[in-house]
Amino acid sequence: MLHRIENIFRQQEKDKLTIYFTAGYPKLDDTQTIIKALNETDTDIIEIGIPYSDPLADGETIQQTSHQALENGMNLNLLFEQLKDLRQITDKPVFLMGYCNNVLKYGTEKFCKQCAEVGVDGLILPDMPILEYQKQFAPYFDKYGLKNVFLITPKTSEERIRAIDELNGGFIYMVSSAATTGGSWQESPEKTAYLQRIKNMKLKTPQMVGFGISDYPALRLVNQFTDGAIVGSAFLRALDPDKLEQSVKDFISLMRSNK
Amino acid sequence: MAQKIAIDENGYYGDFGGAYIPELLHPNIEELRNSYLDIMTKPDFQEKFKLLLKDYVGRPTPLYLAKKLSEKYGAKIYLKREDLNHTGAHKINNAIGQALVAKELGKKKIIAETGAGQHGVATATACALLGMECTVFMGEKDMERQKPNVERMKILGAKVEPARSGSKTLKDATNEAMRYWINNPEDTHYIIGSVVGPHPYPDMVTRFQSVISEEMMNQLQEHEGKNNPDYVIACVGGGSNAAGAFYHYLNEEDVKLICVEAAGHGVDSGETAATTAKGSDGVLHGSKTLLMQSEDGQVTEPYSISAGLDYPGIGPLHAHLFKSKRGIFKYVTDEQAMQAGVELSKLEGIIPAVESAHALAALSQIDFKASDVVVLNLSGRGDKDLQTYINHGSY
Ligand SMILES: Cc1ncc(COP(=O)(O)O)c(C=O)c1O
Repeated sequence: MLHRIENIFRQQEKDKLTIYFTAGYPKLDDTQTIIKALNETDTDIIEIGIPYSDPLADGETIQQTSHQALENGMNLNLLFEQLKDLRQITDKPVFLMGYCNNVLKYGTEKFCKQCAEVGVDGLILPDMPILEYQKQFAPYFDKYGLKNVFLITPKTSEERIRAIDELNGGFIYMVSSAATTGGSWQESPEKTAYLQRIKNMKLKTPQMVGFGISDYPALRLVNQFTDGAIVGSAFLRALDPDKLEQSVKDFISLMRSNK
Repeated sequence: MAQKIAIDENGYYGDFGGAYIPELLHPNIEELRNSYLDIMTKPDFQEKFKLLLKDYVGRPTPLYLAKKLSEKYGAKIYLKREDLNHTGAHKINNAIGQALVAKELGKKKIIAETGAGQHGVATATACALLGMECTVFMGEKDMERQKPNVERMKILGAKVEPARSGSKTLKDATNEAMRYWINNPEDTHYIIGSVVGPHPYPDMVTRFQSVISEEMMNQLQEHEGKNNPDYVIACVGGGSNAAGAFYHYLNEEDVKLICVEAAGHGVDSGETAATTAKGSDGVLHGSKTLLMQSEDGQVTEPYSISAGLDYPGIGPLHAHLFKSKRGIFKYVTDEQAMQAGVELSKLEGIIPAVESAHALAALSQIDFKASDVVVLNLSGRGDKDLQTYINHGSY
């Protein structure tokens, strides 16, 4: 059987969109509401952020939503509880994004087992080194059928990208430029060259581009070269706590519209 | 001894260390990792570094036999006078070393984090000296409690950036510095101020600070006719002064290594920075180490009266010293430290930094023999802490 994520990338003709949001934000029990709302939109992959006290790779928006979620009382046991009915709610691939410490402290095997039980497809841990993945994490990821998504940047060497391509990670997370999350994406010759260079490598793992993507033109552009776009901070900024579902749907319509 | 204490090729001391960093930092860290040893061990680099330590920093720092302190605690107690370094603490050893490395790497800009402001001042100083642009990240709360150091950095030409995230102290200043580095990787070097962070930082900083124990050995030879004391005592925030004071003794079994952590209001008070007492394995600032955290792996806000010890983790070397039992860990409260600071001032005419006062307070927790030779690393002087002494009173 194909992994849920592999099915997505079979659909060649479509601009693919991944949406990231922070679990437990704006309110503690909004996690399910947002997943349900996203399920009714043209979103391809859902990425759920585990709020962390020290999110090194994140800019102000995700720092702030993480802080708020932790204040709201978000924690891992609660998150897995909120995701208990995940597979009744959506068939879309779901990834959890967090930092290594979340997983290590919870217990790597216990964490992976919980992910598998609720139907999470994989993990994105931006501070996970390849070496540590292979040594400490991979056996559990494999045992529970989880994909690990590695990040690359415009500075990542070709050799390293090839090594990452061999790790069968569901997709490769292409960081758009040297920056923390939430910056602004501006089309530039360097960016296009980066996209083209990766496209030319003909990697077997699909690639999605994230960090700073916030509108339709950017979504369109990266889909011309890669397998999709990831939008996080812009989505979080668009959430309206009073009209949560509507604000989710409005944002996706905007991302998908050519106006 | 069971196992030699040493770092392996992946940057681990036993279970602790490594480089858990976002891919965005990988090129910078990799560059450093591939070149730091070559650069540091080059004869002309060594010559430049040693000359600056001697003529500019004022090394070697004295090893002073503190007679009255010795009498009081019933052992022969030497103070390694890192407080007499230029800028008032051991931090300058590392700041100058790394600034020189940055120059070799062709970097023009320097960033640093600081807690007490000592590392910030040391880095600002090194940058003024070597003509580099300097930005120091400092928790907003620390900027308040260490005001004179903020002004010092500015006088030296550095920019001070308040860290407003999280607990607004050292941990957050470190996060902000790393984020800045992610956003400005090209011509910038990050001078981490302690033996923390991703490999190769803990090893590089340890090596730059190892001049402390190198001198100690020679000086003890002069004073005592032997290289090894019975005890070396140092306070541990991130652990750099301790790492420097321990370095040449790590595998000398007869030397007891005493690491003193800040207990804040008490190890079990909920307001503490006693990482080894309250921490567990995890990842902080790019290395696997011991840190104080919730069951969920959220990093706990530490507390200590001393901004330099107010850190929720410790370096991987110290985590390994703790786990392997090679290091003996002691915990000292705010109150005990302040008393010990005042005591040294009255007995020996030396006002120590509040960080170093923690090491002093541990003297009363150890059963010395009269013949014991003890070296206490007096990591810094108390000028920056005048307001803390004034607020505490009772002197
Ligand atoms: C005088 C002094 N001692 C000790 C420390 C703690 O740092 P470390 O444990 O790295 O020596 C500091 C940190 O600012 C300091 O200023």
